[in-house]
Amino acid sequence: MSVKAISDYITQPKDTVANFNGMQVVYVHWAKHLMYCSPFAFLVSPDMTLAGFFAEVLRPAIKDHPDSTRVDFMEAQWLLNGQGFSPTPEAALLAQGIDHKSMLTLNTPGLNGINGCAS
Amino acid sequence: MATNKKKLSLKDKYQYLTRDMAWEPSYQSKKDIFPQEDFEGIKITDWDKWEDPFRLTMDAYWKYQAEKEKKLYAIFDAFAQNNGHQNISDARYVNALKLFLTGVSPLEYGAFQGYSRVGRQFSGAGARTACQMQAIDELRHVQTQIHAMSHYNKHFNGLHDFAHMHDRVWFLSVPKSFFDDARSAGPFEFLTAISFSFEYVLTNLLFVPFMSGAAYNGDMATVTFGFSAQSDEARHMTLGLEVIKFMLEQHEDNVPIIQHWIDKWFWRGYRLLSLVSMMMDYMLPNKVMSWKDAWEVYYEQNGGALFKDLERYGIRPPKYQDEANKGKEHISHQLWATFYQYSQATNFHTWIPSEEEMNWLSEQYPDTFDQYYRPRFEHWQALQEKGERFYNNTLPQLCQVCQVPALFTEPDDPTKLSHRSLEHEGERYHFCSDGCCDIFKYEPEKYIQAWLPVHQIYQGNCEGADVETVVTKYYHIGAGQDNFEYLGSPDHKRWQAIKGQKPDESQAAKPKNAA
Repeated sequence: MSVKAISDYITQPKDTVANFNGMQVVYVHWAKHLMYCSPFAFLVSPDMTLAGFFAEVLRPAIKDHPDSTRVDFMEAQWLLNGQGFSPTPEAALLAQGIDHKSMLTLNTPGLNGINGCAS
Repeated sequence: MATNKKKLSLKDKYQYLTRDMAWEPSYQSKKDIFPQEDFEGIKITDWDKWEDPFRLTMDAYWKYQAEKEKKLYAIFDAFAQNNGHQNISDARYVNALKLFLTGVSPLEYGAFQGYSRVGRQFSGAGARTACQMQAIDELRHVQTQIHAMSHYNKHFNGLHDFAHMHDRVWFLSVPKSFFDDARSAGPFEFLTAISFSFEYVLTNLLFVPFMSGAAYNGDMATVTFGFSAQSDEARHMTLGLEVIKFMLEQHEDNVPIIQHWIDKWFWRGYRLLSLVSMMMDYMLPNKVMSWKDAWEVYYEQNGGALFKDLERYGIRPPKYQDEANKGKEHISHQLWATFYQYSQATNFHTWIPSEEEMNWLSEQYPDTFDQYYRPRFEHWQALQEKGERFYNNTLPQLCQVCQVPALFTEPDDPTKLSHRSLEHEGERYHFCSDGCCDIFKYEPEKYIQAWLPVHQIYQGNCEGADVETVVTKYYHIGAGQDNFEYLGSPDHKRWQAIKGQKPDESQAAKPKNAA
């Protein structure tokens, strides 16, 4: 469907990658760790390596969770936009398909949050 | 018009002062005068069927409202002179007022603008008059709310710049985008959204918690505002029902259009009210009732009866009603946990519920609180006691439609995040639920232009790149004054001074962990 309007209804998406000054947004959700209330939204360079992203962006973001020290990002199970995904640590984000407004889901079997309640 | 009677009957007066003030145009076509009446597809065959159940006329309106307001302002004056703020249950209560003033009062103003606009667009004089009067009601409400709360602004933080904040602060984009969506819709959708879905179906869930909450917590200024507004609200609700029945009775082609609007605006309203759920369960020191109970009484029972009544027009209950009913067990806890961790970026304080309050939550939510939410709060409490109060230093993913962070869980699995996404013209969009995703799919052009606060910060449009700069410079939230943990905050200390208590620094807010 589309908008019913009194005249031509022409709009532009507000959040195209061109509006982010060379950067892009990447979301990460850590499944069964809902203490972090929603997926993280990060502003990163598309040329950043995944290893760099893990070390400099994601690791500090989850550091306050008691499970965080037991997470091995390379051993974890990943989804990229809902599809299975094998991370290539040395490759850039964009080069391995992690483009603007992509969502990574981190699954860490065996780690089920505070008291095992998915928190 | 010549008449021998000195006093007109109510019916005659209504006729003279509303319907008879309209005329049949002779040198302009009706379509040119009311250009927005047709484009939504709603068919009106006879505007005279529009019934105003109150038959209120302007002269009576002015007289009645003036008397009410005289009394209201007398009570505000007395409240201020007697330092009424010292008699509330606890200063934590004031945080509910901060949420109300920044999140709800500007919506009253939005409603004023909305009714002023649509009141111009109907060729039926009865509808025009009703919209005009409701517009004035809404304008009065925003003014009286500001005046009711202005006394608190002299004694507590966070109430100083609500209009500025409403347009900018991340969580206030939730109410703002709700009303912007309604106001940018056609006139009939606006009526369905605001008069029916919001005023009729959901408004009790907004007004009862805040006004009863005020009564239970000793806030006589806000209670008095509530009583004053109540007669207006009753009128708006009755009108909301009349509006929907009128549209449905006019033409059967209207039914599917209105059904779609009911589905949409029920869900948008439900998401907006998640802010109220947290206020009820967590922000009121003296609780009125739980969000779950309120939802059962005001939606499941009252709404159930309403939609039973509308069945004969071919209207069914809102599409995602079952999801909303399931959510009653969860949303208040999820929202409070969100605001607790992002308290560095809010104009109000948050805190861990006391042991007594947690026990109350366990009793009210026997199937969910202990299992899913208590461990989270107790973990944070333990950190706080060690001086490591938890703040989330990242920014959240927001739903493209409701603009709430994507924080809700699947209706049937509270351990799993509810997340939807789709691609539209090469861009990826994210949503909190099927309800919001559906709304997007129906009118994608409307939501691709959403002003999402997180993305706006990242695009460099909010006067800074880090949270503290955005919060202080762009939001006008005073860092260390208005935001962060309640314990040890200036509000808390002021309250202790009022009550002659010794400050307890043991659990004080230590924002060293904050961004």
